[in-house]
Amino acid sequence: MNTTSTLERVLRGIAITLVILFFMFPIFWIILMSFQTNDTILRVPPSMFFEPTLQNYRGLITGQLVTDTSSLEIKFMGNLFNSLFLSTSAVAVGLILGVPAAYAFARLKFRGSEDIAFTLLSFRFAPPLLVLLPLTIYFQQLGLANTYGGLIWVYQLIVLPLILWIVRGYFEDIPADIEYAYRIAGHRWWTTFRKIALPLAGPGIAAAALLAFIFAWNNFIFALVLASADKQPVTVGALAFITASGVQYGQIAAGIILSIAPTFALALYAQRYLVEGLSLGAVKG
Amino acid sequence: MSLALTDVVKAFKTDVVLDGVSLSVDTGETLVLFGPSGAGKTVLLRLIAGVIEPDGGQITIKGKNMDGVEPEDRGIGMAFQNFALFPHMDATDNIAAPLTARRMSKAGITETVGKIARMLKIEHVLHHKPKELSNGQKQRTALARALAGEPDILLLDDPLRNVDAKLRFEMRLELPRLLKDQNATVIYVTQDYKEAMALGDRIAVMSARGIEQIGSPADIYLEPANIEIARLFGDPVINLLDVTPEAAAGGVQITLSGVPAFIDAGYGGAIGQDCTIGIRPEAVRFVSEGAPGAIPLKIETEAPLNEKTVTLAQTRNGREIMVSRPAGTPGPAQGRGFVAIDASHIHLFDRASGNRIAPAAVAQTQGAA
Repeated sequence: MNTTSTLERVLRGIAITLVILFFMFPIFWIILMSFQTNDTILRVPPSMFFEPTLQNYRGLITGQLVTDTSSLEIKFMGNLFNSLFLSTSAVAVGLILGVPAAYAFARLKFRGSEDIAFTLLSFRFAPPLLVLLPLTIYFQQLGLANTYGGLIWVYQLIVLPLILWIVRGYFEDIPADIEYAYRIAGHRWWTTFRKIALPLAGPGIAAAALLAFIFAWNNFIFALVLASADKQPVTVGALAFITASGVQYGQIAAGIILSIAPTFALALYAQRYLVEGLSLGAVKG
Repeated sequence: MSLALTDVVKAFKTDVVLDGVSLSVDTGETLVLFGPSGAGKTVLLRLIAGVIEPDGGQITIKGKNMDGVEPEDRGIGMAFQNFALFPHMDATDNIAAPLTARRMSKAGITETVGKIARMLKIEHVLHHKPKELSNGQKQRTALARALAGEPDILLLDDPLRNVDAKLRFEMRLELPRLLKDQNATVIYVTQDYKEAMALGDRIAVMSARGIEQIGSPADIYLEPANIEIARLFGDPVINLLDVTPEAAAGGVQITLSGVPAFIDAGYGGAIGQDCTIGIRPEAVRFVSEGAPGAIPLKIETEAPLNEKTVTLAQTRNGREIMVSRPAGTPGPAQGRGFVAIDASHIHLFDRASGNRIAPAAVAQTQGAA
């Protein structure tokens, strides 16, 4: 009995280690790569031991990449700012539009409400390229091509359905009686929405916003097609490291670390919100 | 008249919950809506509160038509059966909800909430969130919130349902005084007949068919409109036996287990009709063998309750009846006993329709035996 449980523990430990290695090793390797020059990265056989250098990070932050053979100008910090600005704005617009819409879909049963909600969700089914071809032409004629506004608008295709459907579920979980009680106490519906519905759906809204932010941050194809260099986010900007003189692996690694840092920090911070969830102790089931 | 409903109709999809309900409540009156679940009591309250709209008919509050009037403009307070407290606010903020709606000053809110909390004995939990409150405290908080705005009309949806028996008993005693102090028009929903009798100035008995009877608690108990209502009010349940009244020398008589008994001569109209007689367990008493009108019974079990003892017995025809007597009074011998019925406290119903047959007023010269 004792031996089997020990064996079990050992096997479980090995299994967990394997899983962690499998998933975490690439990330670990990228972290290592970001502190190496292209030469040490590409040597055969690869080694974990090297002289760490900050030149990749320095290059990204200053925008001047100096290698043995050439000097390259990169706009990584500009890309990072674009990513931050585009994702934040897209989520902000998505919340302003999506949360009231989610509330309407949750509480008001109007003609065609299910159809409209489903249509919005179906934006997520369509391959982005399908949408992009006609959009490119529209955008050029409307003067929206290569503008932040245009990109934020297109990002709603990603952000809005996500926010709408997640937040709607949270609104539906709030017993309607709680809102009725606030109305009957003499408050207008708008006050009720702000003071009751919004705080109670708070964790859901936070979760939806976080997910939408990550989806927007990771988007590649919309920005690739609709934006030129000065408006491009990091996902597209990383292409600049594939240069005529070779692929700058060290910079790519450092760029990845820098570009996942904001979403990583956000996820860590919001985890509390996501897990917490307000238990509705006031209502007996 | 504080509140009136005229021919109110409400259906959910094809399910007609209320089909032409009319009702009126006077200022300061407490009307109890009593009935089994599914009778539409809660729906009726919600229609009055304005959180759902009627499909037809009219609701007026203080003579004003409530068509399209928002819940916040109706001047009502409501306590929900599920309490519906705001989970993210403490008890104080919950109770203060009707006061903040009026932009009352902070000092005013503190004072008003404190007063109500003291009255309901929850002042020690005012800073607790709903999930930290016991059921009884939640119920009182919900009630306090309904009272805080001093509404003209107070809607209480079975507020004692989710609280324990002891608290329910206490509140049943306290609530009438509390409600009178408020001088509000109260509509109180309950499924408990004792609560209905204790709290109501009038009781409206509802069934799936609508409102069956409206009257004072005494009216409902003493003159139930049909068999169903007679069964709902009273514990233990009323005894129902099939009889056919006959004409007899000197009045109307029925036969129970072969023993004739005279009933009110006013029931003369029911002679020869298939009837059901309703005899409350307390209108049956044990007598000694050979007493006039003594009906033999086979005694099955006895249940001593606190203030009374209930005996379950079988008649000669195998029908079960219950006899209630004050605790401590002598009961029947083991196995068999004899009872007499108090013929002035019987109810006669038409067997087919279940409706009460009221005795016609006749000269009481040859009255009941």
